[in-house]
Amino acid sequence: MYIYADNAATTKTSEAAIRAMTKVMEETWGNPSSLHSTGQRAKEVLEGAREKAAALLGCEPREITFTSGGSEADNMAIVSAAKNGARKNKKHIVSTAFEHHAVLHTLKKLEKEGFEVTYVEVPENGVVTVESIRDAIREDTCLVTVMFANNEIGTLQPIAEIGAVCREKKVPFHTDAVQAVGHVYVNVKEQNIDMLSLSAHKFHGPRGIGLLYAKRGIILSNLIEGGAQERGKRAGTEDIASIVGMVTAMEEAVRTIDEHAALLIPKRDRLIAGLSKIPHSTLNGDPEKRLPGNVNMSFEGVEGESLLLLLDDRGIEASSGSACTSGSLDPSHVLLAIGRPHEVAHGSLRLTFDADVTDEQIDYVIKNVGEVVEYLRNMSPLWFAKVEGRKEFYL
Amino acid sequence: MALYSDKVMDHFRHPRNVGKIEDADAVGEVGNAVCGDIMKIYLKIENDIITDVKFETFGCGSAIASSSMATELIKGRPVSEALELSNKAVAEALDGLPAHKMHCSVLAEEAIKKALLDYYTKNNIPYDESIFAGLDEEIESHHD
Ligand SMILES: Cc1ncc(COP(=O)(O)O)c(C=O)c1O
Ligand SMILES: [Zn+2]
Repeated sequence: MYIYADNAATTKTSEAAIRAMTKVMEETWGNPSSLHSTGQRAKEVLEGAREKAAALLGCEPREITFTSGGSEADNMAIVSAAKNGARKNKKHIVSTAFEHHAVLHTLKKLEKEGFEVTYVEVPENGVVTVESIRDAIREDTCLVTVMFANNEIGTLQPIAEIGAVCREKKVPFHTDAVQAVGHVYVNVKEQNIDMLSLSAHKFHGPRGIGLLYAKRGIILSNLIEGGAQERGKRAGTEDIASIVGMVTAMEEAVRTIDEHAALLIPKRDRLIAGLSKIPHSTLNGDPEKRLPGNVNMSFEGVEGESLLLLLDDRGIEASSGSACTSGSLDPSHVLLAIGRPHEVAHGSLRLTFDADVTDEQIDYVIKNVGEVVEYLRNMSPLWFAKVEGRKEFYL
Repeated sequence: MALYSDKVMDHFRHPRNVGKIEDADAVGEVGNAVCGDIMKIYLKIENDIITDVKFETFGCGSAIASSSMATELIKGRPVSEALELSNKAVAEALDGLPAHKMHCSVLAEEAIKKALLDYYTKNNIPYDESIFAGLDEEIESHHD
């Protein structure tokens, strides 16, 4: 059996997106900045895509800037808000401890430049409280940035409520919605969002393309200087094929959100129930306030990378928050942020599904994860130390 | 996965010498759960020859493969030779490890050294302390 269960890392490009992209490359390959007909035809396609994206997000076309993906959109949003704040002597930012590195590393850079950042604590269920954000906002706060859905544990944040607090306090609110768009309902107007980042490859669009929504009146700063593309805010000849592929995939994903959630949620919950039968295991993140396709479990006494490699041998492709898979020596900052001890974070497994996953596949995953965990525990000195009472169990 | 050589994957998928030795003559354990790697080596030693060796490992693919390879390299060898086993030799025997995984081979070398230190101490055999110098400190500081 083969199961791709790493859709939070990236998704398969949809057929509709590939077709739409091919058509652009064959027919409207012109440079939209050119005045001739070939250029202007490309410009029309580009602006048509912008209008569709805006309609899907609930904003105006001119509020959308196409970027190279989620990372660039996050960087641009945060750096812009920081510069706008600095002009008014506001140099404080509110965020959370479990943001994506595209946000965290940008904040770290700003801290070196004299900004102060409050990283609001994340409770054990992985859902930040509106009150904790409200309490962190100060007179000199120039930005609140809180992700819509966490990329590891899939938890959904109270975005509309946080947005309402920010409106009340007159602080710009950015959300990294890379994991949310196309999976749960997102509407910037209804949810009080001032800036939003998204990335096409998380909803069956191509990699290397994304966008930043920024509410009218928010001044954006260029990360890339050059030509006057994107209202002069993002230089470089537009990748219209990718933009069209993104918008095509987005339309499809947004249209099928409810249908897909109805398919996925029962399967997700069955998998959680099945894996929870493994002794000394736990679900990471709230069981209900989570993405329909996300399961994240920790198994005590095993290490995540070995678990992944053995599952890969059995046709199951997943990911882990263990240090050894992150390429650093520390396990996932997300799992540490929700209070998991290091060793529990090392033993984590993230399975993220697409709507076409079957019950047979879920059963296969339950059976094989159980077998592999048992196999690894049977060679783990840590496991034996716990079983024999020389060390305490956490879970 | 192309992260590892075929040799590493072979030793990871089919680890040699996994298990415990109940009446071991020496045991050595290094690493800690915070770092995500723990290795425990059991030795049976007769007339200065390592007649049997088993390991238990909590850790990533290269940690398991390094333990497996290290045990193969010292099995049937004299204690003096086992003492000279370097992490580089373990990594080379595995056709190399990715740079950020070299610590796994270091752990294997140290687990063996620690077991041999246990052997010397238990049997009141005099030894050159410099061989084991810094063993514990090194182990503690590896992942920080
Ligand atoms: C929450 C989140 N933010 C940002 C990104 C970065 O997106 P991209 O890979 O398109 O730069 C990702 C994807 O890895 C993500 O999951
Ligand atoms: Zn390791």
